[in-house]
Amino acid sequence: MKVSMFHLMPHRELPDDFEDKYHSVWVDPPWSELADPERVGQYYNWTLDELIYADKMGMDGICVNEHHQNAYGFMPNPNVMGSVLARSTENAALVQMGATLPTTHPPIRIAEEYAMLDCISGGRLIAGMPLGTSADANFSYGIPPIVQRERYREAHDLIVDAWTRDEMFAFNGKYTQLRYVNVWPKPIQKPHPPIWVPGGGSSSTWDFVCEKGYCYCYLSYYGNIFATKIMERFWERVEQNGLDTNPYRAGFLQLVAVSETDAQAEKDYEKHIQYFFNKCMAVAPEFQAAPGYQDYKSLVNRVKQLSGGRAEQTGQWKDWKFKDFVDNQYVISGGPASVVDQLKDAIKRLRVGNLMVLLHIGSMPHELTLKNIEMFSKEVLPHIRDTWDDEWENHWWPEKLKTKAPAAVG
Amino acid sequence: MVTVEEKFPKIREGLLNPKVLTAGEGPPVVFLHGAGGLRWGGFLDDLAEEFSVYAPLHPGLHDPDDIRKVDTLWDLVLYHYDLFGALGLESPAVIGHSYGGMLAAEIAATNPESVSKLVLMNPIGFWLDEHPVLDWTAMSPDALVKAIFADPEGDIAKEYLQVPEDEEEFKDFTIARTWAIACTSKFTWPIPDKGLKNRIYRVSAPSLIVWGKQDALVPPEYAKEFSDRLVNATVRTEMLDGAGHMPQFEQRERVSGLVREFLKG
Repeated sequence: MKVSMFHLMPHRELPDDFEDKYHSVWVDPPWSELADPERVGQYYNWTLDELIYADKMGMDGICVNEHHQNAYGFMPNPNVMGSVLARSTENAALVQMGATLPTTHPPIRIAEEYAMLDCISGGRLIAGMPLGTSADANFSYGIPPIVQRERYREAHDLIVDAWTRDEMFAFNGKYTQLRYVNVWPKPIQKPHPPIWVPGGGSSSTWDFVCEKGYCYCYLSYYGNIFATKIMERFWERVEQNGLDTNPYRAGFLQLVAVSETDAQAEKDYEKHIQYFFNKCMAVAPEFQAAPGYQDYKSLVNRVKQLSGGRAEQTGQWKDWKFKDFVDNQYVISGGPASVVDQLKDAIKRLRVGNLMVLLHIGSMPHELTLKNIEMFSKEVLPHIRDTWDDEWENHWWPEKLKTKAPAAVG
Repeated sequence: MVTVEEKFPKIREGLLNPKVLTAGEGPPVVFLHGAGGLRWGGFLDDLAEEFSVYAPLHPGLHDPDDIRKVDTLWDLVLYHYDLFGALGLESPAVIGHSYGGMLAAEIAATNPESVSKLVLMNPIGFWLDEHPVLDWTAMSPDALVKAIFADPEGDIAKEYLQVPEDEEEFKDFTIARTWAIACTSKFTWPIPDKGLKNRIYRVSAPSLIVWGKQDALVPPEYAKEFSDRLVNATVRTEMLDGAGHMPQFEQRERVSGLVREFLKG
């Protein structure tokens, strides 16, 4: 089992009436009314310190990602964060989840920056290859939705070729034409760093990861109960493709908040969880998926299933208390023993080998985040770490970190 | 009562599969619909009384794969010459509404001989910073209704906005509408100013510009942009009261009369 700490770098101090007063947390929230650059500098530094602390505490990996024009999580270039982390950490994998392929031009920029991170970190990079959300790619970065997936495929091919082909080559794509591709530097890891593909349950992404043999990461905030059906269908697809069901083919993101006892967890975390779901997730419906963001097949599937499933999920948490979030497993929280039990159940049920845990949630202040990281690392991680390893090997993890013993904790 | 028929011409030996609705007899008129899809309404019935009306669905709206075979605006213009050819139309009159208006102007500019007369109804195609075209891909249904109708509470708006009651039909309607915007926005995203300003001077077909004065989606200021830039065509502009972005619905009689008179003149 590999467990990585995910960080979104959200705005931690949105006004109480944010979701009533503003149209959307993404694309059009007014910067000057809502944020102060000096204070935001503090958020970035807290975020970096928290991830560096996770490395010190023995977490297997640390994850950052790319989003634009929002208060939900604003690291417009995850590799800027990644470069600090590469320099300041020792043992953790750098899970860049990651630089967005269809919006980076030319896409060899990602091949270059990821290779830099791999060189600086001594071969600890995991190369996340996200498609990008609609709010980011279409509305903030101007990519026509209907070509986003095609651009993604093409950028992917170019990046992998740029890493693996030894000779210089010409790339004649539909969206990128380069006469001389000869990327400096190339990554340490051969043939290339492990590739993880984040997704939201779309079957065309499953086909892509199966075809390429990559790790699929289901990133959802609806928790592990909601994910059960989706991951079942993912594993069916894996088997249909004639692949083994190695749990390390799958990653999953789960919100986790640990405290001394269940009662203390409620006291510590309830308002931050509510902040996350009510403010950070307040994306205006029209920015969630531009027409064409889903290909025709996925559009038909989604609309035909509208009376059930995901549509009902959105916004139903408005009046939820701590208990509701935990009962529905949107968040795994409580005292250490309870968190271990809940996580073990989720890991087994979803068959996930590469777990990502969101240990900073919404408005959580720095000190409380450090507490969550410490308690998770010392009192939860040791109890789940051995899962799967008697049976399966993680082919989607940096080679040099497979043998290295994690820092002693506890 | 007008009988509307479906035609399925083949383009490039069946590589592309268009669908065209057609009705009436007389000189040919092509109607290019807006971004939300084709709705055959009373205006096209009126035209069909004395013209052969051809209303193609934009690429991808009939066969979802077609949109992947038309990459650029240039491809899209050439596709329409192929389509005219497959329908046996030589230099038809072309009417374009909204997105279809931009397309009609591009077709008439690239090969001026391909279009005998040009009607532009609330077309997109230009951008003025002081009068931004609203983003129809990201508007709540409520906001869109207010933007496109002069009288959003009126009977015409209500009739236009009626959706199928049957749940399955409603789902198909939702899919078709979403996919129509998805396909057409391939050529307009994120700002519908794709170089027409460099090409529109080539249009030589006599042109009629019709604009609903209460259009908040594509403000009426753009009418002057079009008429000023159509330097090699005789241009008549009609600004209509009591109409927004959908003048052929809100002012059907007036628009039908104007267009028929223009096409015959």
